[in-house]
Amino acid sequence: MSEGEPHPSQGLPNQTPGEAHLSRRAREAQPSGIRRFFELAAEMDDLISLGVGEPDFSAPWPARSAAIDALERGKTSYTANRGRSDLRTAIADHISQYGQEYDPDSEILVTAGASEAVDLAMRTLVDPGDKIAIPEPSYISYKPTASFAGGEVISVPTSAENEFKLTYDALNQADAADASVLVLCYPNNPTGAVMNRDELRPIAQFAEEHDLFVLSDEIYAALRYEGPHASIATIPGMRERSVVFNGFSKAYAMTGMRLGYAIGPESVIESMNRIHQYTMLSAPTTAQAAAFEAIHNCDPALAEMRDAFNRRRKFVISRFNELNMECFEAEGAFYVFPQCPPEWSDDEAFAEALIKDERVAVVPGSAFGESGAGHLRISYASGMSELKTALNRIESFLK
Amino acid sequence: MEAKRELLDVLLEDARQSSADIARQLDIEEADVSALLSELEEQGAVRGYQAVVNWDQTEESHVQARVELNVELDRETGYEEIARRIAKFSKVQSLRLVSGSYDFAVDVEGESMRDISNFVSEQIAPIPEVTQTVTHFVMHTYKDRGVYFDNRDEDDRLAVSP
Repeated sequence: MSEGEPHPSQGLPNQTPGEAHLSRRAREAQPSGIRRFFELAAEMDDLISLGVGEPDFSAPWPARSAAIDALERGKTSYTANRGRSDLRTAIADHISQYGQEYDPDSEILVTAGASEAVDLAMRTLVDPGDKIAIPEPSYISYKPTASFAGGEVISVPTSAENEFKLTYDALNQADAADASVLVLCYPNNPTGAVMNRDELRPIAQFAEEHDLFVLSDEIYAALRYEGPHASIATIPGMRERSVVFNGFSKAYAMTGMRLGYAIGPESVIESMNRIHQYTMLSAPTTAQAAAFEAIHNCDPALAEMRDAFNRRRKFVISRFNELNMECFEAEGAFYVFPQCPPEWSDDEAFAEALIKDERVAVVPGSAFGESGAGHLRISYASGMSELKTALNRIESFLK
Repeated sequence: MEAKRELLDVLLEDARQSSADIARQLDIEEADVSALLSELEEQGAVRGYQAVVNWDQTEESHVQARVELNVELDRETGYEEIARRIAKFSKVQSLRLVSGSYDFAVDVEGESMRDISNFVSEQIAPIPEVTQTVTHFVMHTYKDRGVYFDNRDEDDRLAVSP
């Protein structure tokens, strides 16, 4: 700010004191691209939404019951900052199915949703001016949390030709070598893309060559339909330069409980915990009780939900392809990412016309970054009968 | 085998959907759905396709009861023979041999409580092997064959979320 320019907090004539005191960070934070569609959707009756980023199931009953039981027994205090010790041990057991071996005492931090873990990791690893490489299309929170930490975002475009997988070349072309942190999210929101172990190897190589620390959001790890989940942290050399986020929201349909966790090398987890202890103290106690039960007794429910998602996935992919909206075989999460029909180059216009004419809400791909343009994020976290009706409406819209 | 299992899951969720929709969910051809269905029917695995009815929401007068039956076997008569005889009544909706303090659990449906009482006392109790009947009338159904009958479970998720 140059001399003579008024300090922002002195305000313009018709600003309220609140407006005048808004930080630059707050002023620069853009409303998310999905907000407009949320508002359009809120006005509609008889709407079918394929725009929902959470399961349509409720948390399995044993988990809910454990939460009720914890409340009845008066378990309403804080827990240890890092989360209940028995829960951390349970998490350590649980993630060993992905080949992730972590010490529950020093390498696992239980957080208020994986979102808190993302924020903590950004603040732990990013200094002002640091560059953060984020593959696009990307979940809408990574860029803002990177900016809140003072980081500068390098977008790394991915495309439908590669089924929205990240490649070594894409990193190279985007100058991701200048970054200090790389964010990954596979299975991916918004595309449903997955990356197997062989596809992650070159990414790991790039990270090692250019000394990038990796933040790997694996919140959809349990929702893979064609092969096992692969974590970049299990590739030799990567454990020490990765923090993995996971949680209970998507796999166990517990989004509102707000419970996630971060796993990683002791030094980073310890530092994240230091921020966490001042800002959150501890993750919700009731949710921790539910999570403990979820790990121990809800695998059959998880398998049932995954089977249902898988059938819906195949259904929507085949319907979109029948409608000539090219849709690659997304193998994870509960999203598919079809292309808008050729006569609709503008995904936002398409999504807006679709909701107004046929009362079907979808999220335009460009809400997740430029490389999502021309696509739509379709969530199949809705009952089969809603999906059928929605696809019929889309069909009649295209006629 | 896997496809058959998946087909059963899909049918259990909704047996009324078209084979085209089933084919899309299983990622197989429509003709294969028909073939698998015929196989399941022929091998006796799929015995029928029925609606799940909440009779309280109809104009019909409809009463259900669970009847517990104790029977006494002798050298000529086993459970099979008794079951065959009871199952023939159209009022009997289901008949199961169970463990515990009685032998058969019989679900009975009729137009009224009197209708069912008469049926039990006049048709079931007189069967020579039947030694005792206990009839429990259904007062309210909350869930039947996996389907909830209350309408409170509305989707309260935000219409669009990240």
